[in-house]
Amino acid sequence: MTGRILGIAGPTVTVDISGLRLYDMVRVGTAGLIGEVVRLERGRAVVQVYEDTRGLAVNEPAAGMDAPLSVQLAPGLLGGMFDGLQRPLRRLEELAGPFVAAGREVFPLDRERTWVFTPAGNAGDEVAAGDLLGHVAEGTFRHPVTAPRGGRIERLHAGEFRLADPIGRMADGRDIFAIAPWPVRRPRPYRRKLSPSLPLVTGQRTIDFLFPVARGGTAIFPGGFGTGKTILEQSIAKFADVDIVVYAGCGERGNEMAELLEEFVTLADPWSGRPLMERTIVVVNTSNMPVAAREASIYTAVSMAEYYRDMGCHVLLLADSISRWAEALREISSSLEEMPGEEGYPTYLSSRLAAFFERAGVVETLGGTVGSLSMILSVSPPGGDFTEPVTQACLRTAGVFFMLDTALAHRRHFPAINWFQSYSLYEPEMVAHFDGHVSPRWSEVRRRCREILQREEALREVAEIVGIEGLQDADRLLMKVAERIRHEFLSQNAYMDDAFSAPDRTLARIAEIVAFHDRAGEQLKQGVLPDELPRG
Amino acid sequence: MRLSEHRYRTISSIRGPLLFVEQVFAARMGEVVRIACPGGETAEGEILKIDGDTALIQVFGETRGLGLDADVAFTDAIRQAPLSADVIGRVFNGSFIPIDGAPMFVPEQWAPITGAPINPTARARPEEFIETGLTAIDALNTLVKGQKLPIFSSAGLPAKEMTAAIVRNARLAGGGAFVVVFVALGLPHHEYAFYMQVLAGMEGDFTAFINRAGEPVMERLLAPRFGLAVAEHLAFARGMDVLVVITDMTNYCDALREVSTAREELPGRRGYPGYMYSDLASLYERAGRIRGMPGSVTMLPVVTMPEDDITHPIPDLTGYITEGQIVLSRELHQKGVFPPVDVLPSLSRLMQRGIGSGRTRQDHRRIADLLYKQYAKGRDLRRLEAIVGREGMMGSDRLMLDFADAFERELIHQGAARRDINASLDGGIALLGRFPAEAP
Repeated sequence: MTGRILGIAGPTVTVDISGLRLYDMVRVGTAGLIGEVVRLERGRAVVQVYEDTRGLAVNEPAAGMDAPLSVQLAPGLLGGMFDGLQRPLRRLEELAGPFVAAGREVFPLDRERTWVFTPAGNAGDEVAAGDLLGHVAEGTFRHPVTAPRGGRIERLHAGEFRLADPIGRMADGRDIFAIAPWPVRRPRPYRRKLSPSLPLVTGQRTIDFLFPVARGGTAIFPGGFGTGKTILEQSIAKFADVDIVVYAGCGERGNEMAELLEEFVTLADPWSGRPLMERTIVVVNTSNMPVAAREASIYTAVSMAEYYRDMGCHVLLLADSISRWAEALREISSSLEEMPGEEGYPTYLSSRLAAFFERAGVVETLGGTVGSLSMILSVSPPGGDFTEPVTQACLRTAGVFFMLDTALAHRRHFPAINWFQSYSLYEPEMVAHFDGHVSPRWSEVRRRCREILQREEALREVAEIVGIEGLQDADRLLMKVAERIRHEFLSQNAYMDDAFSAPDRTLARIAEIVAFHDRAGEQLKQGVLPDELPRG
Repeated sequence: MRLSEHRYRTISSIRGPLLFVEQVFAARMGEVVRIACPGGETAEGEILKIDGDTALIQVFGETRGLGLDADVAFTDAIRQAPLSADVIGRVFNGSFIPIDGAPMFVPEQWAPITGAPINPTARARPEEFIETGLTAIDALNTLVKGQKLPIFSSAGLPAKEMTAAIVRNARLAGGGAFVVVFVALGLPHHEYAFYMQVLAGMEGDFTAFINRAGEPVMERLLAPRFGLAVAEHLAFARGMDVLVVITDMTNYCDALREVSTAREELPGRRGYPGYMYSDLASLYERAGRIRGMPGSVTMLPVVTMPEDDITHPIPDLTGYITEGQIVLSRELHQKGVFPPVDVLPSLSRLMQRGIGSGRTRQDHRRIADLLYKQYAKGRDLRRLEAIVGREGMMGSDRLMLDFADAFERELIHQGAARRDINASLDGGIALLGRFPAEAP
């Protein structure tokens, strides 16, 4: 399946190859740039090229690769840093220097490295697809290897192997490998989906206490620039109570990624004490890397996340930002001259997004264990205007909405999560869980906290008119208490020890403030003047 | 592969800065073409799109006088920038042609003007403090080496005076000076004259790319790329610390919109193309440092916000890519404050790493946080003051109002003076001492 280039427009290239299938990979030009078939016509195909097309000429050769865009799934992914096409960036740097050159093909994983396989089953066992065959030690992570298909096992090789070596053989004569490619755009299979019931503890007080996220749930936080999206994503990536974190830097800043990498190597996971990087995979396509690869990057990330979910892990996928993905989609759509929907975005924006969100969830895996994949995605609405199509499309499917507020950010209140507009659809189950597992006072204190914040909002309007002096004593006290809640509880400095707050400490801190309110209220009733009240 | 120039006289149409040429053999994306008219006018262009044997060409330079009978030569090469240390001290136009009267230097090497993205794993985290001499930046929105920090200005505000102050006064932590790469896009004469005077009066070295208001709009798309290719060369091949000043990015974006409209692309917000984010990122993201290499590219673009609107697509997309922003305020300017920096919407995302002991001072974070907190409170109270009047307010609130006034008048305002970081921070401490807020 070879042919020639007929035309080039931005990231899309028309080739005269017939017999291609949609989403097949195609190599174009003498530089060998990789792309994906997005449109087929008789005798020609349109290819979305993942790299800069500058320098490509018509009549240059093109060849179909007879496979869709796939990720390699195997031991060795953890701690890795890949671009949107799963090219290993560190290896690329060793080979090509500090600048990313187009057209380089590098295998994602180290094929020379030896691993140790410890079989869990025996020769002669009958297994179904997804059944556990054994483990590979990957640092401290015990990486399960499962049966790729059903059948009888002829033998399993204990001991050292490289990725190219089989770790066993089925009775049908086919070898079993610890490595397998997976087409990124196809969700990985599972037995059935379960309802999210456990919380995903993030260590962010505002999130865990007011707007909890469920394991297997989805959350978005839209916010204008400077509202702290990236810092929040990174804080969650550091502290979230999960086994594996996949962080997708989608169309964002290179310097921030440098910062993240440096920190993740040095910081420890607060739950296990191990270096954070050991549980993290980073997929990064900065804003100046090719647009089409940015579009593919979130699928690359989610496929790797699903891989760990299928081992029974709790996985968190963070993407910063999904708007940049949507913009890449728009750019490709516009170079295909498709009919645009709202603000130039293709009309399939919301269905693609919804299908992507659907890959989150708690599942019973093929092997019968339970794994979860949660997603927390940032959204960058232009001009901070939440009525734009990407935010709206996300709102229709996401379970939690953290609204990042520019006004709060200007006041240096971080995380700038607006406590009136945000919501969590997982609230009832999660609050019940915290009541049962942290303290039965959780829901009561939570109700009081929200009440005080709401009352403050109402009083603030009155105070704007009559001045704070004009308020009743009890109301002035409440304003003071609300201020303490905002300063000491809701805001959390991402650069200090305070950056992570376990649920019991979260509860203790708010309970103390609420108790102060009660005490001071009593004293007021007994005639103590507001200015004479103790401060803490 | 074609190894020589091809010439065609098959222009089928000309639309604004775009040419359609037919029956072209093996055209290349981004290929440079030279257009020569029978009358002797010449122009350069670049291939934007190819459909079979039809090539769409964007013309840089003057299109007046261009006819369908023009001769189009395809060079088989994408646009490259000539590089050498000899660019230092020189002034070029938007097409990299010297305009300072001296002959063109001899290039040591050529590099594609779009550059290549820095591998994120190869980046070094920007964390070395740059002293700009302005308190509003040094103490409150600290700039570090390798950062891109735009100035968001509005029509009539002294952005150029402020940029000039930074260019003149910026010092590296070790006391070294920058090489300034100055890129002017669509500058009117009085601004051009002002900047040229500033550059001439600088201690350090500079290179300038000047596109003036009357010069071809399409060169505004080229000039920043030439400037950045030079900056990258000086930084990463020669180990220099480069400060790239680009003014005014609003003119760049308008040029981008002009091409996009001519190409009949779908307009996005305010008519700007949907890919403007990626396009701006391809410029801004070239700032940075590389691990294990000396040299750095720090970027200071100036954006004039149309209608003073920070949500306008140009400042908005810029803010999403850059590591913070310095926002100028009309109100402060009217109060006679220079530089009129409104610190509340201003931000330096990389400040945290650039301050503290060993970089600036150990008490820097605490002072900056306190100043912010009290000033924000004072600003909030101004609204209340407008309603209830000063007399109706508590003593502590009146104190915060006075603090906000003094903060603007004494700390932000510094006129032509240069303050080092100690003077800036000590000024902050003194101010906080005079207006002790209630313990939090």
